[in-house]
Amino acid sequence: MSETILEIKQLTKYFPGIKALDGVHLTVRTGEVHALIGENGAGKSTLVKILTGVYTLTSGEVLLDGKPLVCRNALEAQACGIAAIHQEASMFPELSVTENIYMGHHIIHPKTKRVDWATMRKETQTLLDSLELEIDCNTLVKNLGVAQRHMVEIAKALSLNARIVIMDEPTSALSLREVEDLYKIVRKLKDDGKAIIFISHKFDEIFEICDYFTILRDGRYIGEGLVKESSVDAMVNMMVGRSLDQMYPKKEVKIGRPVLEVQQLAQTGYFQDVSFTLHAGEILGFFGLIGAGRSEVMRTLFGIDSRSHGTVLLDGKEIHIRKPSEAMGYGIAFVPEDRQSQGVILEMSIAKNITLPQIDALSRYGITHKKRELEVTETFGEKMEIRAAGWHVDADTLSGGNQQKVVLAKWIATNPRILILDEPTKGIDVATKAAVHQFVSEMAAEGMAVLLISSELPEVLGMSDRIIVMHEGALTAEFSRDEATSDSVIKAATGHTAGNGGEQ
Amino acid sequence: MQQADRQPKQELVNISRLIDENSLKEKLILLFTKWEVLLGILLVFEFILFSNLSPYFLDYFNLMNSTFNFMEKAIMALPMIYIIMSGDIDISIASIIALSSFAMGYAASMGMDVAGIILIGLAAGTLAGMFNGFFVTILKMPAIAVTLATQSLFRGVSQAVLGDQAYTEYPKSMAFLGQGYVGDTLIPFELVIFLFLAAVMGFILHKTRYGRKLYAIGSSREAARFAGINVSRIRFINFTLMGLFCGIAAVLLTSRIGSTRPNIALGWDMEVITLVVLGGVSISGGKGNLFGVIMAIFLLGYLKFGMGLINLSAKVMVITTGLLLVIAVLLPGFLDGVKARRKLKSQQMASTL
Amino acid sequence: MIRLQSLRKITQRRDTSLIILIVLLLAVVTMRAPGFVSADNIQRIVNDTSILVMVSLGQFFVILAGGIDLSVGSVIGLSGMAAAMTNQYYPGIPAVVVLLIGVGVGLVLGLINGVVVAYGKVPAIITTLGTLSIYRGLTFVLSKGQWVTAHEMTDSYMRLPHGNLFGISNLIWWGVLVSVLMFYFSGYTRRGREIYAIGGNKVAAKFVGVSEQKIYMIIFTLSGMLGGLAGVLWTSRYAAAVNETASGFELQTVAACVIGGVSIAGGSGAVPGVILGALFLGIINNALPVINLSPFYQLFIQGAIVLGAMLINTVSERRREQELLKGRQR
Repeated sequence: MSETILEIKQLTKYFPGIKALDGVHLTVRTGEVHALIGENGAGKSTLVKILTGVYTLTSGEVLLDGKPLVCRNALEAQACGIAAIHQEASMFPELSVTENIYMGHHIIHPKTKRVDWATMRKETQTLLDSLELEIDCNTLVKNLGVAQRHMVEIAKALSLNARIVIMDEPTSALSLREVEDLYKIVRKLKDDGKAIIFISHKFDEIFEICDYFTILRDGRYIGEGLVKESSVDAMVNMMVGRSLDQMYPKKEVKIGRPVLEVQQLAQTGYFQDVSFTLHAGEILGFFGLIGAGRSEVMRTLFGIDSRSHGTVLLDGKEIHIRKPSEAMGYGIAFVPEDRQSQGVILEMSIAKNITLPQIDALSRYGITHKKRELEVTETFGEKMEIRAAGWHVDADTLSGGNQQKVVLAKWIATNPRILILDEPTKGIDVATKAAVHQFVSEMAAEGMAVLLISSELPEVLGMSDRIIVMHEGALTAEFSRDEATSDSVIKAATGHTAGNGGEQ
Repeated sequence: MQQADRQPKQELVNISRLIDENSLKEKLILLFTKWEVLLGILLVFEFILFSNLSPYFLDYFNLMNSTFNFMEKAIMALPMIYIIMSGDIDISIASIIALSSFAMGYAASMGMDVAGIILIGLAAGTLAGMFNGFFVTILKMPAIAVTLATQSLFRGVSQAVLGDQAYTEYPKSMAFLGQGYVGDTLIPFELVIFLFLAAVMGFILHKTRYGRKLYAIGSSREAARFAGINVSRIRFINFTLMGLFCGIAAVLLTSRIGSTRPNIALGWDMEVITLVVLGGVSISGGKGNLFGVIMAIFLLGYLKFGMGLINLSAKVMVITTGLLLVIAVLLPGFLDGVKARRKLKSQQMASTL
Repeated sequence: MIRLQSLRKITQRRDTSLIILIVLLLAVVTMRAPGFVSADNIQRIVNDTSILVMVSLGQFFVILAGGIDLSVGSVIGLSGMAAAMTNQYYPGIPAVVVLLIGVGVGLVLGLINGVVVAYGKVPAIITTLGTLSIYRGLTFVLSKGQWVTAHEMTDSYMRLPHGNLFGISNLIWWGVLVSVLMFYFSGYTRRGREIYAIGGNKVAAKFVGVSEQKIYMIIFTLSGMLGGLAGVLWTSRYAAAVNETASGFELQTVAACVIGGVSIAGGSGAVPGVILGALFLGIINNALPVINLSPFYQLFIQGAIVLGAMLINTVSERRREQELLKGRQR
């Protein structure tokens, strides 16, 4: 239908301790919407970052129009006609829409050699109008909603005359109507002969909008094909590589008494009216899109953020958690989402990391006790099978998977009754992932109550006894393990549940 | 990577051997990129240089007596380690001295006895430190901004009341603190106080849970918070300690010079921060140790003494201190770069196993 | 400009409240000392504040980008001394050239700050804390501890600030010129807007190709140049170049910015606010003797005002965030 614009061959990228991409192929043609499919950690983001010049490749070839693409930064990538629209919009809230679009490449008036504000504003407004957006070009970005910001990002890419537009999960924070608007824009781009790389793991939208697909798994190329000649099942198989039952070692556990009851918990601006009950031995999955408020609920439970409303009962008694140390006192442990900045302390040794949450208890008269610390470290480090040259090595020398094991070890060492896991397998290798699943399942079998947040649908479906779905700061649905299907869960997460009209 | 994960454990232990077995050259590089070692070499070099330039340098009495000139700053450097270690900064410390000394002068003019004067001095310093800590940790304002404001505020109190006057009437017996020697020896009392405080602060930093938490906060404030550490409380305590130690330094300084003027200790903020940064405490937090700072204290103290002996002006000294501050921050970054490259290399070896 | 309309809306609140505050302040002082608000006195105050305005605007850009320049006082001291000594030893050199020399010295000093921050990756606070001492020390080395006094300066040098045009002193015109240029620079030029971008979202700015290094170089150099200009005008205005010229002045510049609503964390603030902030301080300084407060109170009052202004900034920022969150509640 058209000519090849971008060709990637045998692309490999190493990071210290991990092989993020290993022999990846990708061929993109003009006038095509190309779905890049894979689970979290499959290497999609790394690939995008190589294309946009954030990372440099270790080996392999990237050809643009048949010529090797060399871009060392985002600017050069833009000059080559590649623009990425990011998951988490990177904008300047204090500046106007016009300025956000033109920052870095202001239009300079050819005669006066000065910034041509009038033209920039006119162009911006034309662009916004052509996308049928009701946004004034002078509005400050901080006054725009999430969806509008997203559209501004797209407008920005267009203003750069991008030939390849990369959209990284563009619909994750959009409402149904906004998604329709986005589709319209994508189709328009396609008609204009642009190539679009569309990253998503929602099959309905892949079938709706994409022409061609390439699938990655664990950093490797798995396959490609025409979307209309494929099926969801075929894609899932390629994406996951094995069936769910094999993958998730979920044990059948007898669910015990209620441990934690949350009633109408709310935090202004993030979530409201969140109620659920967690039982001993239960793994309660939380699914939702990015920004749905799941992490915020957990942060509030753990006392990182303060709640504006609601009650929390532990064993039927009301508790007030104002800071993490109090949550720990009640036997709650929290494995946070961002391992590198919240989970481990990179400049500290494995031993010091593992003992940090209970350093008070391990000290005598406030003086640290090496022997006790080593005992704890050995017990739980070995339990988690952390692989390292010794307990004294710094955490930043470990691979992502081993770092995550350190985080798990340090929390299990506190002997919690309730374990909160926020994206526990994000960005770690397959072997460690399996180990984490195995471990969590065992802990639950021993009676621990687990709250599992994951954006990886198979993980939530495979691991949870019950699944709660959040959308825009509210609970939209609850499924038992048997009821839950990928379709129903995703619908609830995107706010399409029947009977739950809300703003739609 | 996957293969590496399936390998038996000893395979991975080999990685460490890969690094350990590196050549003598590698070991030497590691040793000489250690900051304290560099400082130690510099100190030796400094002694050799000055003892060649001046016959009065390598003299027991002189070496002891010259410590009078830098012990107050040395004492202030101790809690500054904590402050910088946990990612904060305090540029109001010289003004806390002014405030504390002013309070002592006022107490003395009211006819208080020595114990009362000292107590007032310590209390004023501590309160000033808590004042900073309140704005930084409770109201969550940036430390640099708060202490820049209190830098004027604290000294402003002294200036507003004293104007161009000074308190000079202190009880005679107070002089011992800042001018006295221990028994019949030539060891200054101030030096002994410093060594004692350094031992205590070093012990806390390296051997207690408080110290551990400091390192954790400095490396990653957020991760420390997620680990249940009460970050605000520790930062508040740091600022309070800073105030208390400024109070101690103010007592010693006032006792040593026997007077209080509004411009007392002017410019000491910079000198104290220089000591700490030169001592290898990372301004971005989480790195450093007491030993390095002690090295830096004597390195700079004797540098000043030596330069005085060979008649270099005080202003050259000011320039040198400023240069050292900047270089002290530039150099570790450079050394870290060298180390990081080595680390990366060994990690790449590990990842290809 | 319509483009800046909404940006102004925020600063306008700060600007209008500052104007109201200034009017109130003037009213209070006038009650104690009638004649404070005479045309002559107002001109004197503005004249006295012009240098503060210039240097604060330099400081503004540094703070806007997320840094701080503590060395401005020493830059003024050193470049002022350099210019005054040039004038003293080579009286034949035209005053304008001497002025350029002063600005040039400031430029070099600022450039040094910029290089260390941008390429040495040393935090701005540490760099400028260091150069604060270095530059001040160099002033002593250059002057050998001597002063340059009025009779050692040429008339044309002294006319730089003292002459007048349309009945308004040259110094005020200098202040106006710098203000207009900086207003244009901050609002309408590419680099000016890029400073906002770096201060607002460093990662995003890098992503669209705004060079952090280049911006740091620009802001420190600019701050240095304005410090240099201020140095020349300071020494010629007071007809003396002493070694402690402008010692401690950095605090006043930061104060002007903070009072003018500039966020110390970077990314927000505007030129008019800074000018008003500087004028506010100028009025206070001039009012002290009038209401019989000793000038020794100045330091304390400044500290209190800065702390108060920061407190107000912090509280209003928190409130805005809260409102934004409430607005998000669905």
